[in-house]
Amino acid sequence: MVAHARADHPDEACGVIAGPSGTDRPERFIPMRNAARSPTFYEFDSGDLFALYRELDERDEAPVVIYHSHTATEAHPSRTDIALAGEPDAHYVLISTRETGTEDGPFELRSFRIVDGVVSEEPVRIGGTFE
Amino acid sequence: MPVEVRVPTILRPLTGGAKVVTAKGETLAAVVADLDGSYPGIGERLLDDSGLRRFVNVYINDEDVRFLAGLQTEVADQDSITILPAVAGG
Repeated sequence: MVAHARADHPDEACGVIAGPSGTDRPERFIPMRNAARSPTFYEFDSGDLFALYRELDERDEAPVVIYHSHTATEAHPSRTDIALAGEPDAHYVLISTRETGTEDGPFELRSFRIVDGVVSEEPVRIGGTFE
Repeated sequence: MPVEVRVPTILRPLTGGAKVVTAKGETLAAVVADLDGSYPGIGERLLDDSGLRRFVNVYINDEDVRFLAGLQTEVADQDSITILPAVAGG
């Protein structure tokens, strides 16, 4: 996710990590195109969105993580992110590339649930296994 | 003329949890009206004063209705309609 965010900087990058339905385990990384190609907005292309959901359905998977980057602001959902959040079961991961742009270095990555307009942050642990 | 409508997670509280429901109508507008009759409130989640909401995508079979005739798109027996919230933000 961080590499994708850096590669697309200064535009916002976006994508999904899918996992088996009902497990809440993000296992399959699926970078998506930002059809808006914008530094301040992202949107999955509508055809790509349909194909993605059909594939998830066929594989009995869910979009466990929905991620996108902010390229000039903090890694926190914007008002637009909150208004448009349409997957109550997903973990919304925000990555900010404001400090380093396309370069390596420290990064901000935070995760949130967004349900009915209410945002709650959750801890992120990066490791090799699920516990 | 029943058609199958696939309902996204966020609207399933309105369909009693059902992921796939059936509806009737010869156009998408009529199907939405029929859906709203069966599942009150769903119409408002799909439409605003100007028509289909900007961040709601509706597909007939695998075509986004925005590239067809929008709400006036004709719906045929056995078509499959899919509703997906846009994945978008700022």
